Amino acid sequence: MTLEAGVVAVQGDVEEHAAAIERAARSRGREVTVHEIRESGIVPDCDLLAMPGGESTTISRLLREEGIAPEIRDHVEAGKPLLATCAGLIVASSDARDDRVDELGLLDVSVERNAFGRQKDSFEAPLEVTGLVGENGDGDGDGDGDEDESPFPAVFIRAPAIDDVTGDVDVLATWEDRPVAVKQGPVVGTAFHPELTPDSRIHGLAFFENEAASVPEGGTLESEAESEAQTGAGVR
Amino acid sequence: MADTTDLEELRRGTDLVKRGFARMQKGGVIMDVVNPEQARIAEEAGAVAVMALEAVPADIRKRGGVARMADPADVEEIVDAVSIPVMGKARIGHTKEAQILEAVGVDMIDESEVLTPADDAYHIDKRDFTAPFVCGARNLGEALRRIDEGAAMIRTKGEAGTGDVNQAVHHQRSIKGAIRKIEGMTHEEREAYAREIEAPAELVHETAEMGRLPVVNFAAGGIATPADAALMMHHECDGIFVGSGIFGAENPPAMGEAIVEAVNNWDDPEALAEISKNLGKGMKGDANADLPEEEQMQDRGV
Repeated sequence: MTLEAGVVAVQGDVEEHAAAIERAARSRGREVTVHEIRESGIVPDCDLLAMPGGESTTISRLLREEGIAPEIRDHVEAGKPLLATCAGLIVASSDARDDRVDELGLLDVSVERNAFGRQKDSFEAPLEVTGLVGENGDGDGDGDGDEDESPFPAVFIRAPAIDDVTGDVDVLATWEDRPVAVKQGPVVGTAFHPELTPDSRIHGLAFFENEAASVPEGGTLESEAESEAQTGAGVR
Repeated sequence: MADTTDLEELRRGTDLVKRGFARMQKGGVIMDVVNPEQARIAEEAGAVAVMALEAVPADIRKRGGVARMADPADVEEIVDAVSIPVMGKARIGHTKEAQILEAVGVDMIDESEVLTPADDAYHIDKRDFTAPFVCGARNLGEALRRIDEGAAMIRTKGEAGTGDVNQAVHHQRSIKGAIRKIEGMTHEEREAYAREIEAPAELVHETAEMGRLPVVNFAAGGIATPADAALMMHHECDGIFVGSGIFGAENPPAMGEAIVEAVNNWDDPEALAEISKNLGKGMKGDANADLPEEEQMQDRGV
């Protein structure tokens, strides 16, 4: 079956997330159709969701104006996976320490915006992230969960850091001793931008290898030829 | 949780980091501001970034004389006033103004034709900077030359400070039309076209293969209303710069919010109708057709 994926598209690097979701699905033999969410009424039909990077004040404001915010809360409450990156993480947190951001409270973390400085301090670096699974599993494309913990190429752009973690939040990665990737139930949040590099392991972890999230089964393809034909048809 | 991250391999100011910053601005509105109070209004209205300058283009146009980088103290005040990114304008070819803006901590530098060019032959070598740059362009050749020099974002030049969107549309159509043209060309035709438009062949090939500019492409120059912003999104821009259109309007907070919402709803006419209601007077503006050639800013820095 074809999975319905949504990328919150009120502002930010939406196409990059859409492409990353498609890459992650394809390498795992799954079919996916990606929808851009700029208005209410689309989230309820989505099996998985991504909240992109951008400006958290702008994204937060438009999620409220467009009535999308409660739909995202319902999505997570139903146990469906959400990947929130950078500004998305700030919006998904329970405390962004900024009146201009309406936090959705989907992750029991507080965050500090621009924790690593301004744009001139933005950086890329290899990052150890726990729990990552190889893009192609053991190479047969069946995504059966073989670990690949080689460093992840992480891009931090005016990035936030998590400064307090409560509840049952798992910390997956730290930078300068501050958590920068976390998982809580169906939600994965990163301070960096996995959508900016071709490595789809974070998207894979969030959507296909998270036991705490419910994604419809099926869609595993038998052969590579079939895989190409079917994902080709599934992509927008 | 591993603690073995190799700090040695940390890299700043790479193309990925610079272009990545520009990508985070997509679908957003970047607003011109001249003081911290305006910057806060812009942030409140939902701007993704503000452009800190001494005077908005409409006033620069009226005042005449040499237009330069803003006082770094004023830029700093704006940097301190908001949590969103702050951009600053340097004169075309003025490497020192750009270095000063970078030292002050602006997040992106606009090498802008709105200011008086400092060099009539060369642009700044933007690859030397950690800060990303945005540059104006009227056509594909200009856009690719600026990208070759290191620009991480391209915006249409339009005709700044006029409130007339006509030239921004013209420039965006020119860029998009040329991309459609090269998409249909063979390898050797693209090589010849690259020579014709004086752009690096490598970038012509890359653009043709991607079907778009390899960096984010915003609209700027004369955008004054929510409908103007929506029109530029319709022409496949990635986002919008609004110069004099917000603080030259009767009710800047309302105009700012409306333009932000119009960019998100650019393809929904009913929403645009609601958004456009009761905003008060927009900026007065000057029609591009009435502008004498010597007063045009777009011909600066090609």
